[in-house]
Amino acid sequence: MNGQQEQQERWLSRCLQIGFVLVLLLLWYLGTTYWGISGILLPNPVMVLHDLKEVLGSGEFLPDLEVTLFEVAVAFALSCVSGLALGYLISRSPYLIAVFEPLLSSVYSIPIILFLPLFVLFFGLGPWSKIALGATISFFPIVLNTIAGFRYVDRIFITAARSMGASNAQMFRYVLLPAALPVVLTGLRIGFTIALLAVLGSETIASFAGLGHRIAQLADAMETVRMFAYITFAVAIAAGLNALVSSLERQAKRR
Amino acid sequence: MTIGDVAIRIKDVSHQFGEPGDAQFVRVLQHASLDILRGELVCLIGPSGCGKSTLLNVIGGLIRPSSGTVEVGANLIHGPLPREIAFVFQENALFPWCTIIDNVRLGMVFQGVSKDQHEDRARTSLEAVGLSEFMRYYPEQLSGGMRQRAALARALSLETNILLMDEPFGALDEQTRMILGEDLSVLLARTAKTIVFVTHSLGEAVFLADRVAIFSARPGTIKATIKIDEPHPRKPGFVTTEKFAQLRNQLYGLLHDEIRKGVEFTAVMGPDS
Repeated sequence: MNGQQEQQERWLSRCLQIGFVLVLLLLWYLGTTYWGISGILLPNPVMVLHDLKEVLGSGEFLPDLEVTLFEVAVAFALSCVSGLALGYLISRSPYLIAVFEPLLSSVYSIPIILFLPLFVLFFGLGPWSKIALGATISFFPIVLNTIAGFRYVDRIFITAARSMGASNAQMFRYVLLPAALPVVLTGLRIGFTIALLAVLGSETIASFAGLGHRIAQLADAMETVRMFAYITFAVAIAAGLNALVSSLERQAKRR
Repeated sequence: MTIGDVAIRIKDVSHQFGEPGDAQFVRVLQHASLDILRGELVCLIGPSGCGKSTLLNVIGGLIRPSSGTVEVGANLIHGPLPREIAFVFQENALFPWCTIIDNVRLGMVFQGVSKDQHEDRARTSLEAVGLSEFMRYYPEQLSGGMRQRAALARALSLETNILLMDEPFGALDEQTRMILGEDLSVLLARTAKTIVFVTHSLGEAVFLADRVAIFSARPGTIKATIKIDEPHPRKPGFVTTEKFAQLRNQLYGLLHDEIRKGVEFTAVMGPDS
């Protein structure tokens, strides 16, 4: 009975969420069709939908999507490898934790996007400046969560495993890793989300290609309808990727 | 395997945490000596912070004593001896990310038991503690008492000669404790293991033990031992006998002053570590 009630409440909140989005879309439609909002500032959603169909149908988005996905993939791979490895090494020594944990947290709290001009200077306007920024930004949540995950493994699990004769490799594989996994996975998910954010954002600022680049270019050309079509597309891609990563995280946690 | 051989020889073990002069310095054990016979169940009882759990960890090789030695059979203890000694801890030391049966299996993986024996041994030991129906559950889905049964099954599956139990029922309510104590007595009567059992409970000590070792207040040393001459497995009715009451009172008399000292010490020093 309780479960049923919970189910009902979940349904209700889902409906409210969808209703909220529908109301926004309706307001958007009414505002641009009847209330005289300028089409240059906010284009009519019907026209945006029409353009979106055209973009998808012609496949003109492909080169930009490819660039963006490549940048995100490389940036995330770099931050994963470095964040996991360094995080694990730091977590093995209370001294290293005391030195590096506060240092990394304080760097994480500054807006790293400010280094974009520097990265452009180092790596040029091509994909590598975006990759560098995306990797740098997403490195921090990954390394910090890796430290936290491995650091707070309950002593009793380690003691119990040791009393039963666990080797170092077994300790890592069967005790440390599964104990740390939930926190580490959360770090990876946050890292992915902000790598995507950093790549798309920096593409709009300084780049040759990519979805962010295309959106900025269309804005400069005052092609607001097409720009909105691309924004819609980019939002859908981002939401899809984030949902994918979240479901992978959930699955790995369940095991 | 005759009763009478010494299984565990504790010789003059002292232990301290920290260095003299430190704020954290505590002398927990002082010149503790005890011989535990093969097949014997010895309860260690004493005031809080007297070092009885520390001594158990020293026997198991999890703590190296500041001085003194422990011999198990022909081995001088330097570290864990997983083929000889298994632990049941007070806290819930089951791995929450594994099912009950996987917890039992993992112990055998660590101990190095060949894989084809895992399934059989795990099932047998879970059956022995009455958890056959719950082996696919995760620890968090079970009650505290059932979790401790599972921890016991994990230790039993390792088939060691020695079992060290550190207040295994300490976190459970009185009734669950009683039932687990009765079941444990039946179970252990069959296995002929040597068992060292740390407890706070006078009744538990008298009910389970062949011999009870009474600790002094910190720094702990073994002040006296009393024999509980009653065949295993102990009947539930044992607790209502005159003999049980007498032994319990004798134990209480030996312990009372030490507990008072222990409590006063704790009040001055703060709770023990």
